[in-house]
Amino acid sequence: MADTTKASMLGLGGEYKYGFKDDIQPILTTGEGLSEDTVRQISAAKNEPDWMLDFRLKAFACYRKMAMPDFGPDLSAIDLEHINYFRRDSQHVARKWEDVPSEIKNTFDRLGVPEAERKYLAGSSAQYESEVVYHNMREDFEKQGIVFMDTDSAVQEYPELVRQYFGKLIPPSDNKFAALNSAVWSGGTFIYVPKGVQTKVPIQSYFRINAGNSGQFERTLIIVDEGGSVNYVEGCTAPNYSEDSLHAAVVEVNVLKDAYCRYTTIQNWSNNVYSLETKRAQALENGTMEWVDGNLGSKVTMKYPSVYLNGQGAHGTMLSIAFAGKNIDSDTGARMIHNAKNTSSSIVSKSLCKDGGKADYRGKVRFGPKSDGSKSHVECDTIILDEQSSSDTIPVNQVKNGDVSMEHEAKVSKISEEQLYYLMSRGIPEDKATEMIIMGFVEPFTKELPMEYAVELNRLIEFQMEGSVG
Amino acid sequence: MSTLEVKNLHVTIEGKKILKGVNLVMHTGEIHAIMGPNGTGKSTLSETIMGNPAYKVTQGEIFLDGKDILKMPVDERARAGLFLAMQYPAEIPGITNAEFIRGAINARRPQDDQLPIRQFLKDLDQAMEVLDMTEEMAERHLNEGFSGGEKKRNEILQLMMIKPKFAILDEIDSGLDIDALKVVSRGVNQMRGPEFGSLIITHYQRLLNYIVPDVVHVMMDGRIVKQGGPELAKKLEDEGYAGLRDELGLDIKLVDEDA
Repeated sequence: MADTTKASMLGLGGEYKYGFKDDIQPILTTGEGLSEDTVRQISAAKNEPDWMLDFRLKAFACYRKMAMPDFGPDLSAIDLEHINYFRRDSQHVARKWEDVPSEIKNTFDRLGVPEAERKYLAGSSAQYESEVVYHNMREDFEKQGIVFMDTDSAVQEYPELVRQYFGKLIPPSDNKFAALNSAVWSGGTFIYVPKGVQTKVPIQSYFRINAGNSGQFERTLIIVDEGGSVNYVEGCTAPNYSEDSLHAAVVEVNVLKDAYCRYTTIQNWSNNVYSLETKRAQALENGTMEWVDGNLGSKVTMKYPSVYLNGQGAHGTMLSIAFAGKNIDSDTGARMIHNAKNTSSSIVSKSLCKDGGKADYRGKVRFGPKSDGSKSHVECDTIILDEQSSSDTIPVNQVKNGDVSMEHEAKVSKISEEQLYYLMSRGIPEDKATEMIIMGFVEPFTKELPMEYAVELNRLIEFQMEGSVG
Repeated sequence: MSTLEVKNLHVTIEGKKILKGVNLVMHTGEIHAIMGPNGTGKSTLSETIMGNPAYKVTQGEIFLDGKDILKMPVDERARAGLFLAMQYPAEIPGITNAEFIRGAINARRPQDDQLPIRQFLKDLDQAMEVLDMTEEMAERHLNEGFSGGEKKRNEILQLMMIKPKFAILDEIDSGLDIDALKVVSRGVNQMRGPEFGSLIITHYQRLLNYIVPDVVHVMMDGRIVKQGGPELAKKLEDEGYAGLRDELGLDIKLVDEDA
């Protein structure tokens, strides 16, 4: 490769596309650092019931005791003492677009949120900093009894429901960052779909970190009651700051008997963000849980969405792509835990890495003692675009039952010379041809996305691929 | 009028000499056929003209309208007007046929003058009709899971859409039944005209009943050993390659020949 080409490759991706920020004076902030007092302050600011304060305090005690994860990427650069754990920009949740503060609105305008809402989506809840400022729900949703709001409001308005499920799938003791989130959580989405109610249109939430040095700890809780269905779409994008930011979300999804949930995420954090998420779902009898998860940016991502198949005939799937460019360490995967008869799961993981990026798959499939007749299929496909980049597949299989079936396929490859030659022989230049092959590679993922997200993802990949051919 | 000229071309592949001095001149408006036994270098000649990086030219030149194309990478040659209908086209998952063909056409046009999608779809429909291709073929992923016959039709579809100056058809007849052969020939014949030239590589005379060539070249052991009109193809069909070899007094072992 010529030196000039190398230089231009190194320069690639330096400018983050959504790297603008607004100057907003927070109305309330706890300042940097974390103590029991900070936790009490957060809870008081939200006027929370005692049980939630207790939950937070126990979680905080747990957090202090727990060690950092003993596997995966290096997290030593996260300075937990200098993170702003809570800030509030807007004092109440706004339903109408007109009521949203104009600077915040500008940011969303540039990200295209209103258009998205107009065209495809049933409701929209966009998180700005630690609190939901914009929240909208279609009338027919309300008529059907669907609850879609920020989790803080849900604690006030549906305390029984929240209390029944909150922190049950992911107890604070699960891992250090789940404990941290449980102590200082703020915002996030709460959805309840009543029995037998099926939503056809995706529900979306748009997340965004704005200020440097400010952690974001959303807490999302979804309950799909018996026979209900929901398709939830979450997109993330953050501005580019020089200081590292921490994003440690917790997502709990309860899919009850005969219910269905699809949870789609596209994450495009700027390249200074540590994204350490804990996402877990349980599916009861004949329930289906589908994770669709795309990770493009960040500095470090650790995310292993799981499905606990706790009811007979439950089904869980994970479809993911990871694109690890320069300075990105993406450690992602899925966990499928078969705890009941005739459960099935599928994991399809696609990764791309270039410019020294690292995209590892870390997954786990467990067949418990009661999982007779269950099956799982795992497929990991990776394309490594240059010599500097790397990818490992780290699957763990635990089989405690003799009557199950498990398939695992893993493939790591480069761009096929034969495919490249064929496309180029039709006059398509090498960079464009490479991009086409990559687009084709991720197509099984993009075709599952709502149209606008598919378009955006393709654009983001195009952007990442620019100048990638030497 | 455009001209494609191959001069004293020597090519090796993995160190083995395959072409040993091929000379060939053709113009747009002409259809040339290259016939020859297996293992004689016909496909090597097509791939080398197109610019497959696996084939190494050790001697000789190739000119397109007087311009040496040997230094040009394959995509540049394609944009200069060359096209190769391949024997074994690659399968590319996730990219639809239509998307790909449109990309190929637009690669030849300036950024501010890309082919409008309506025009493209209209052209595509017409070409597919000529080739008896069903509409769903446009939306299927490029060559993925296509039968042998579907792949060949798809190569000709691209040819018709891209409209190159010179098209090399590398054994486009292999694996085709007689009906498919007629359809594929119909596509090629529709391209015939003063702006289009084609080099047809085949083992058999049969294809040349449907696409009648102006010139027939016979290739053996890495060289063109004889040229003639369409009647040469018929003569070969009757007498076989061994007959011609013996008539020319060549000392060549044919691959398929019994010892």
